[in-house]
Amino acid sequence: MLTKRIIPCLDVKDDRVVKGVNFLNLRDAGDPVELGAGYSQTGADELVFLDITATIRSRKTIVELVEKVAEKVFIPFTVGGGIQTIEQIDELLRSGAEKVSVNTAAVENPDLLTEAARRFGNQCIVLAIDARRSKQKAEKWHVCVKAGSEPTHIDVLEWAIKAEKLGAGEILLTSMDADGTKAGYDNQLNRAVTDAVNIPVIASGGAGTLQHLYDAIIDGGADAVLMASITHFENYTIKQIKEYLAGRGIPVNL
Amino acid sequence: MIVVIDYKVGNVKSVCNAFNYIGCDVKLSCDAETIDKATGLVLPGVAAFGCAVGALGTLAQLIQQFASSGKPLLGICVGHQLLFDRSCEYGQNNGLGLVCGNVIPIPTGRVIPHMGWNLVEMPEDMDLFAGLSKAKHFYFAHSYYADVADKNAKIAYTDYGFALPASVQKENIYGVQFHPEKSGETGLKVLKNFAKIAERNNC
Repeated sequence: MLTKRIIPCLDVKDDRVVKGVNFLNLRDAGDPVELGAGYSQTGADELVFLDITATIRSRKTIVELVEKVAEKVFIPFTVGGGIQTIEQIDELLRSGAEKVSVNTAAVENPDLLTEAARRFGNQCIVLAIDARRSKQKAEKWHVCVKAGSEPTHIDVLEWAIKAEKLGAGEILLTSMDADGTKAGYDNQLNRAVTDAVNIPVIASGGAGTLQHLYDAIIDGGADAVLMASITHFENYTIKQIKEYLAGRGIPVNL
Repeated sequence: MIVVIDYKVGNVKSVCNAFNYIGCDVKLSCDAETIDKATGLVLPGVAAFGCAVGALGTLAQLIQQFASSGKPLLGICVGHQLLFDRSCEYGQNNGLGLVCGNVIPIPTGRVIPHMGWNLVEMPEDMDLFAGLSKAKHFYFAHSYYADVADKNAKIAYTDYGFALPASVQKENIYGVQFHPEKSGETGLKVLKNFAKIAERNNC
């Protein structure tokens, strides 16, 4: 049986891993290569590296980072942040990334998903959705782009369904309302999306306790859970997380 | 020396990194002479099937020649699928035809791609899994799979609501649908086993 994945997320800014609250107030969490290798050795199922600077200068840095990580990390890892073209995707995959995640570029040019999937296979194309809860309507979320700084009118569910058809192989779904709060995932959002699509969904944003991870899988229907704060600052080890979930009947790779 | 086929598509570097990490002499190459000298050949693959076939081009013949020499060949993920007769991913494309069977979509009614760590039941007589316990988790990421039809092939399965062939062995031809280079210590052990097979064959 396929196991549920535990995925630490490493937000990278100026060669350091950082973590903020609601995408702001960044705190230093260490060296990306060391942290990644540590997670790989202690049982993480996968890693996500997000270049949150995503400037022209950081493009080169992130390729170098991917090369360094790939020499030490023998579990899959996804790279995202500011990726805009097929050539950039190609370069990152060739440098050793297993998957790439795209957000803004896919919103601006949905054909990018189709072209990338045809060329590299949809299993390596992750659509990142930064979702913000609507203030007007209950159980409605809209897509935000440019690292969460720019709201759009696009409905999250409609976008998720469309992106699957276009070629996205997985959705990394971040609740901007919950991100960094440690108050739990937005499982209404997670459930709405996991019910709407047939590709795997990674729940992201809000993990604070082990119960939260369990809830994202059971209530949210997530195939994988992403976390940062609770593992970077050593509140919990990956082993503790997996033992807890296994004890509650969730299939994990222990 | 293990040669990893460089067909300029997708994540071929990770396979080389993994062989380097376990202390193997490995080279990424698409040169005929280098391939001919290899003790073991690895066909990696992170790409759509048709795209991979196109990228292989004339290398296909070299790989077939290598396979008929009796030296070990290992296909990984799409590289594993390429060992078979044909695939219907984005149109009909012929594979290398080294193992009988077709590459077909994973049946609907479950999350697709099959992505993540799944348990592989390993028959004792499959050389790639020597020294590993009966069942281990490996990392998968694919939407199509090789439906093995070859009567002479040994098969290891994983359960994804049906028995999905996770690995195949036919004489000197080895294939793994999962990514050993991304499956932690267990995956590295599989690559070590392949390196040993190549070494043994060379003696």
